[in-house]
Amino acid sequence: MTVELFIFYIFSIVTVASSVMVISSKNPVHSVLFLILAFFNAAGLFILIGVEFLAMVLVVVYVGAVAVLFMFVVMMLDINFVELREGFLQYLPIGALIGVILLVELILVGTSWAVSSGTDLAVQAAGINATPTGIPNTKALGMLIYTNYFYLFQSAGLILLVSIIGAITLTLRERVGVRRQNISRQVNRKPSETVQLVKVKSGEGI
Amino acid sequence: MTSTIPLSHYLTLAAVIFTIGVFGIFLNRKNVIIIMMSIELILLAVNINFVAFSAYLHDLAGQIFTMFVLTVAAGEAAIGLAIVVVYFRNRGTIEVADINLMKG
Repeated sequence: MTVELFIFYIFSIVTVASSVMVISSKNPVHSVLFLILAFFNAAGLFILIGVEFLAMVLVVVYVGAVAVLFMFVVMMLDINFVELREGFLQYLPIGALIGVILLVELILVGTSWAVSSGTDLAVQAAGINATPTGIPNTKALGMLIYTNYFYLFQSAGLILLVSIIGAITLTLRERVGVRRQNISRQVNRKPSETVQLVKVKSGEGI
Repeated sequence: MTSTIPLSHYLTLAAVIFTIGVFGIFLNRKNVIIIMMSIELILLAVNINFVAFSAYLHDLAGQIFTMFVLTVAAGEAAIGLAIVVVYFRNRGTIEVADINLMKG
């Protein structure tokens, strides 16, 4: 067993164990923390296979943004999580059945593919997507993304913009009864509308 | 890069994580936050598959597609959690079984 294989086994065992803890732990905060652990180990697996840029993106995007978002929501909502776990075992048999069927099918697909093609991976990619030799992974990806896949890259940014707008409009709420500054109304006020000059006779009030 | 780790190892790992994700959806039928975490696990399994094939076939298209999967997953998590927050504000619970307003 080579060192690489040993490291692969460590990372994959920790990933699988923490994924199991994500779905089975009683406290959702622990679930989020195990999700973070699973993503860290997946990033380690990516580095092991030579995909450094995506490993870093995984750490930054998932651990830094998505998992923290989950953590905020879990801690912000006042939910009785014990109540939510009622009937936890009710769905265990059907879930286990479907899970086992799915796993067996996936492994059958994998083995049949390996047997039929003989894992003939000597086929090298040709054309624009072929991995260039001698330059780092990040640079190779950048050279592709900013040229051939530029429109897709832009549309990914558009998707993120739409999701920002969606999240903000969903959660924004106008509180009634709160006095707040309305700058355009302030600027648009004219003296003639607001100031009233009254000639007060001496000796009388208004 | 030719690694000493066989491709089948990565594929098996991805299949196991995918199955755990699907199993998690069934197991936590009530807690929508755990269901969303299970969806993230499923997407992670898909990403592992893409990256493994990309590295073994020396083809960068898989890695580029993985970036788009990450983008969509981040957007999905943001929108989904926003929906959960709004739903909790209106109903005071996040039980998935209670979501039957539209009788669908």
